[in-house]
Formats: sequence, structure tokens, C-alpha cells
Amino acid sequence: MPSISRSWKTPVAGGLLLFLAVLLLSAAAPEKHLSIYSTAANYSLPIIEREGRDYVGLLELLDPLGTVSAKSDPPRWRLRYNGVLSDFTVGSPRARIQGRDAVLPARFLLENGRGLIPMASLASVLPRILGGPVTMHEESGRLFIGSVATHFTATVAPDDPSRLVFHFTAPVNPSVATEAGKVHLNFSHEPITAPASPTLTFASKVIPSATYSENNGAAQITITSGVPLIASFSADGRTVTLAPAKSQPAVAIATGSPTSVPLQAGPLPQLPLAIPSPAVPRRYFAIVDASHGGDDRGEALSATLAEKDVTLAFARRLRQELESRGIPTLLLRDSDANLSLDDRAILVNTNHAAIYVSLHAASSGHGVRLYTALLPYGSDDDRGPFRGWTTAQQSSIALSQATAASVVTQLKSLEVTVRNLTAPLRPLNSVVIAAIAVEIAPPASELSQLNSPDYQQLVTGAVANGIGEVRYQLGAAP
Amino acid sequence: MIPRPLAIAVSVLLAAALGMSLYAWRMRGRAAAAPLAAIDTRPVLPPVAGATERVTLFVAYDDLGVLHPQSAQIPLPSVRQQRAEELLRSLVAVYLDKSSPHPLPPGADIRSVYLVDPGLAVIDVNAAFADGHRSGVLAEELTVASLIQTLSANIPGILRVKILVEGKERQTLAGHADLSNFFDVSAINQLSTQLQSAQ
Repeated sequence: MPSISRSWKTPVAGGLLLFLAVLLLSAAAPEKHLSIYSTAANYSLPIIEREGRDYVGLLELLDPLGTVSAKSDPPRWRLRYNGVLSDFTVGSPRARIQGRDAVLPARFLLENGRGLIPMASLASVLPRILGGPVTMHEESGRLFIGSVATHFTATVAPDDPSRLVFHFTAPVNPSVATEAGKVHLNFSHEPITAPASPTLTFASKVIPSATYSENNGAAQITITSGVPLIASFSADGRTVTLAPAKSQPAVAIATGSPTSVPLQAGPLPQLPLAIPSPAVPRRYFAIVDASHGGDDRGEALSATLAEKDVTLAFARRLRQELESRGIPTLLLRDSDANLSLDDRAILVNTNHAAIYVSLHAASSGHGVRLYTALLPYGSDDDRGPFRGWTTAQQSSIALSQATAASVVTQLKSLEVTVRNLTAPLRPLNSVVIAAIAVEIAPPASELSQLNSPDYQQLVTGAVANGIGEVRYQLGAAP
Repeated sequence: MIPRPLAIAVSVLLAAALGMSLYAWRMRGRAAAAPLAAIDTRPVLPPVAGATERVTLFVAYDDLGVLHPQSAQIPLPSVRQQRAEELLRSLVAVYLDKSSPHPLPPGADIRSVYLVDPGLAVIDVNAAFADGHRSGVLAEELTVASLIQTLSANIPGILRVKILVEGKERQTLAGHADLSNFFDVSAINQLSTQLQSAQ
């Protein structure tokens, strides 16, 4: 009898162990979230996995942003957001938004009256529902609605190379975690966006580098250091300084296992523990536009290099250069989104910035070509206060040319080959503010130079200097 | 009982129908077997002949990114519209040559040029012209400026130009140069002056 008992007890015990292991593993898997940043509110939603794809509830997503209602009339699911009507068909990828057809990358689902939309469709569907730009970071589950992104620069203090100073364009309140040789600043509620390069290197032996990453609805900056560091906040949370800990124990970096270190009062400034209030809309002085994107790859610069990717890299770097000169800058396309030329013009004209810079890249020729609008025939079709759509640039053409001339001067001073031309290039002609396009070709015959950080730095630095030189002419307050 | 004359008539008709079918079948086979080279590809209009004229073609050079005026002696018909078409076809022929300074895709052609008073010219290029065109602001701008400047320099009275592709409006030539609007010839003249210098 004991032998029989042992024979069934062993598989049962094994099964129980397996069940417990599965239970523990499933409990340990973090729930996926989509973080949404907007001028109205910053919030997060759970991501639901269906049919191998990520979905979110559309009604819940829009609810904090405006007046929204939904009516289920199977197979139809109708949504009204601030007067915009959208019609989805349950089980079908076809939809109709504001009277125009749309195709989702996967089927629209309805569960207990909740309309679920594939996350991959948000970048194309939301601009039409909301009537404004959105930037979707799909892999990390972060959605930026409108001009809400918080950018940052990181520099080693010139007087003390052991101090690393982060400047943010809006107040931040990250949690600080540490592990051996590393400090993590975790931004779960702030719309922090990536710098031009995710890895930042510094001329400091104490703090040699920092990296930016995003995951599951949050952003993280990891600072590498050989010594314990202390973080201090200033300028209403817009500046974070990391310096060797010395004798302050409060937020000293441990060198053991990872620990989350709350910021405390004491020798450091008192920090708010609550989530920062919704971001106040920023007023941008410059709008940088990485041309092409999504299906529109632009010129195939090589077998592997598309114009849309090069323009995005240049645009991110130019934003950083402009911001570092105190010029608030909006990046119109900060992901692989597809924006029509008319949409770009609308977004620029409604942002009331002072200068629009469209970036292009080319494999032919050398150096940089600056363009202002070559206006089409019929430049006098304005009607009273209304500007003709195709010739809206007419009133700002002199400012555009002055800006282009200033940038040309800066590029020439760095011995970059440069030409100044007009071009029939949309959306320059439909933009009401000063507008230039910059087409960047390799400095020599080496096409790979387009991806060189040094070359990108050289060109974007000169463009930022050129804009900086005419900023008061463009309307910046002295 | 079928009357005899009717039976004869039906038989004759059937025999005729069978004979004609065999003849048609044979003719169809011959037509299919005819070599393609035998197809007459000559234009319906008589070839341009007679006295040649000296014209100025504005030719794009990719290496320096410039537009240079270049004299050419070409036969031109007397009808204004046909002159415009022949002029631009001569320009495209330069770009299709092996040693082209600004290569256009194989098969690129000017379908038609319509001159509509007052002062409007419509250039209709074929799909191969646009579909295979290289992408890039300067590359596309050189093509557009070359076409319009060549046309306006040799055909007086043109104030604005529209470029169509296969008879239809197109947003851009190859992703950059805007084709959705009418080009202002005076603005293209200024651009051509800019493009004549590599600086």
C-alpha cells in the first residue's frame, strides 16, 4: 500500500509545484500600461492583449480630454468626441472618422460595451478625432497629445567636472533608484522625451555617461558613475544636479543591491511628493519638422538608409541645439508618424511660433542647401484678413529670406558648402510664419557621413546659431 | 417535310459560315505571328522637316546642381503648340542620352503641351517620367526649372505653367517638387538665374 500511495503522490506534488510556479510567474509579470500626456491631464490606461495585439479602450482614452459619448448598435459602435463623429464596425478594421474612411491595422473589438482599438492605430486615428498632432511611442506605451513633451539637456558643470546638470523644459519629479555604479531617474508621470542620442557621454571621469530609455509607460535616465552620487533639485524642479555624495547620507547612492531612495528634506530642497499638475501649454518659438515619415520614406539614400530616418535624427539634434540656446522648440514629428503636407502646415499655423524649419536629406551634391518658398502663380488671392492657402507665406517671405541668409552666413563661417535657393516645396508656401527648408547632403562623397554625429552637430549647431542671430527680428522678446 | 430549296439555301449558308470562320481563324494566326518590329510606331503627325531653328535649352547638371543655357539647332514645326512639344522632347532627349548630365528614367517622355490663352501652358508628362524620377529637393527642382525655363525662353507669352502626369494632377514630382499649383514663370526665371551659379 505505501508503494501505491507514493506512486500517485509524486505526480500530484509535481503538478501542484508547476501550478504554483505558473501562478507566481503570472503574478510577477507587470501589467502593461499606456501613459497619456496632454495639456488637459496626464494619465495611464491598462493595455489589453487580444489576438496577439495590444488594445486600449477608446472611450477611456478620450474621456479625460473632452466631451465624449459612445453608442453601441451592433455591429456599429459610434463615438462622438467634441462634435466629431466616428463610426467603427465591430470585428472589422474599417472605420469612418469625420466622414472619411480609415483602416485600422487590426479588427475593432467590443467587450462588455467597451470599444477596444488596436494601439498601433492610435497615431493615425487620434489626430483625426482630436484635430491635432499626437506622437505615439508604441513600443514603450507612451502617447503625447499636442505640444506637451518635456525636453532636457545634460551638461557637465564647467566649473566642476564632477557635477552633472540636467535642465528640463518643465518641472519634473522623478523617483530615484540606485544600484551598483548607477543612478536611475524614473519619470512615470512626466512627458520626458529622448535627447538626440539615447546615450550621452561627458568629459568627466566621475560621471562618464548617461542613457535614456523608455519602457511600459515610463521614461528613465540612467547615470553611470564610479562614486556615490547625490541628486538635488532646483529652479522649481526644472534642474536636477548630480554630484558626488561626500557626507550627505540622505540620497547617497548605495553600491549594493538596487534600492529606491526617496528624496527627503534636509540638506536638499523640499520636493513635492504629489504628481505635478498638468503641464501648462508651452509657447514655442521654433518648430522643427523632420520631413516624410511613415509610409513616405522620402529619398532612398542607400539600400538601408531612408531620408525619413536621417531627417528625424537631424531634427532631434536641432531641437536640442535650439533649446540649449534658450529657444523653445517643438518637434513636429518625433516618431515614424505619417503627416500630410497640409497637416504640417495646419499644425505650424495654429501653434503661433516664430520660425518653421523643414529638414530634408539628399544623396546628391555636397553640403547644405537652404530653401525659401517659391510661391505659385496667383500670390494675390488673399481675401481681407484671410490668406490664400497656397500663398500664405507671402507675408513672411522677407523674414524667411533673412533667416536663410543668417543660417547661410553661419554655415559658411564653418566652411560648410552651402547654397541659398527658392523651391516649390510644400508646405513652405502654406506657412504664415517665417519658413525655411534645409536639405542636407553629405559633406563629401561619403554618404555615411549623413549619420555622423559630428556632421549632424556641425550643421544643426550652425542652423541654430543662424536662427539665434535673427531671433529678435523674428519676434522674440529681447 | 422541309422544302428542297430551303434545305439547299441553309446548306449553302452553313458552308459559307464555316468557310469564313476558317479564313478568320487563319488571318488571326498570321496577325499574331507578325513580328512586333513591323508595327508602325511612327507618330500620326508628319515628322518635323524643313528648316531647323536655333533654340536655347536650359539643361540641368547634377554634378554641380546647376542649370545652364545651351544652344541647339532643331527642326520645329510652325504650329505654336507643336513647337512647344518638339522643344521639350528635344530637352528630354538630352536627358535620356547615355552621357546625360541629369538622367531621367528610361521611357520618360512629354505626352503633350497645351497652350491655353492667356499665358497658360500645360505640360503633360508620362508616368515613366515621374514614377522613376530621382527624389530630392534639388534634383526635382532642376527638372521642373529646366522644363519651364526652356519653354518660356523659346515660346513667348507664357506666364504660368501647370505640370500634369498622364493627364492628371499630382502632388509632387518624386516626393518634393510641388506640382499641385501653377508655376509662376517670372519666379522660375529668377530661380533659373540662381541655379546658373553653383554658389
